[in-house]
Amino acid sequence: MSKFKKKKGGGLPPINTAALPDIVFMLLFFFMVATEMREDTLKIKNAMPVADQVEKLDKKNPVSFIYMGTPKDEFQKNFGTEARIQLNDKFADVSEVIAFIGAERAALREELVPFLTVSLKVDKKSNMGIVGDVKQELRKANALKINYATGTGDATSNMK
Amino acid sequence: MAKRDVPEVNAGSMADIAFLLLIFFLVTTTIPKDTGLNRKLPPIDESDVEPPVIKQKNIFTVLLNGQDQLLVEDEIMEVKDLRAAAIEFLDNGGDGSCSFCKGKRDEKSSDNPDKAIISLKNERETSYAAYIAVQNELVAAYNVLRNRRALEVGPKKGFRDMDFITMQNNYKDVKWYGNKTKLKAVIDEIKLEIPQKLSEVVN
Repeated sequence: MSKFKKKKGGGLPPINTAALPDIVFMLLFFFMVATEMREDTLKIKNAMPVADQVEKLDKKNPVSFIYMGTPKDEFQKNFGTEARIQLNDKFADVSEVIAFIGAERAALREELVPFLTVSLKVDKKSNMGIVGDVKQELRKANALKINYATGTGDATSNMK
Repeated sequence: MAKRDVPEVNAGSMADIAFLLLIFFLVTTTIPKDTGLNRKLPPIDESDVEPPVIKQKNIFTVLLNGQDQLLVEDEIMEVKDLRAAAIEFLDNGGDGSCSFCKGKRDEKSSDNPDKAIISLKNERETSYAAYIAVQNELVAAYNVLRNRRALEVGPKKGFRDMDFITMQNNYKDVKWYGNKTKLKAVIDEIKLEIPQKLSEVVN
């Protein structure tokens, strides 16, 4: 009968976790490939509107970002609730846009300067006033290629 | 001499190290979201050249006021109807010089797509979301016409079943194996036939 006796004190056998690092590495590599480093820390709310005639931003050419929107809750005490411009990591005034474009251009190789695209990342709740001002400054700085960053979706849903 | 047993390396903490790296990357990176509407701003014109006189019938006025209400050619309109209205205007072909237009050939509407201008007016209080919705519909109107034209022109030039958007994507696609110089010529031709003439005014 001893043949059929159960092994004593076994309990549960330990789970083999040898494959765990492989799984985690797989996830790691996925995120390394599919994402990119955060360039600017956003100080504004930046929920972008959606559109369906979108094109992909051409990453072969240099791109500069100008953010606009209402300051995040923790900055509202100092900066108010009106939509503001953010250049690089700080709030900026409309008059600083030209200098910003100049600095962006100075950082580029000379042959790439005419291809600089300015991507406007604007919160959907902002008004056109501030966007219009920035556009006018961009015209003055002769940075004419712009891109309104949007998500993809049904554009008419923006109006609600 | 007997070979000494090499003790196995303890790989138990490998998962911890990998998790650490994974969490680092999760925190410091973002998934890029870089789609958008490409537009070109007009350069500032400092010369004293008189702007050419444009006939009123060649201008399609779109007004977006501070309450996000839309006024198209002096009539109130919903955003969802804007695309069809813009297509009708651009595709009119009033003077008969446009061979590919399928519009009504109404004398009172635009002469041909080359002369037709869409004028978009918005106020400072207009919301950005509404502005993008309108821009999107106007770009869509141009794209619809360009796609239609591409399907007509394409087969003659050896690009069958390819609309304008596909042509542009293929042109940018490094993996596409067709003749890119020929494709570029077709794209430029269509762009020349149906140019995007969108003028913007802020009140």
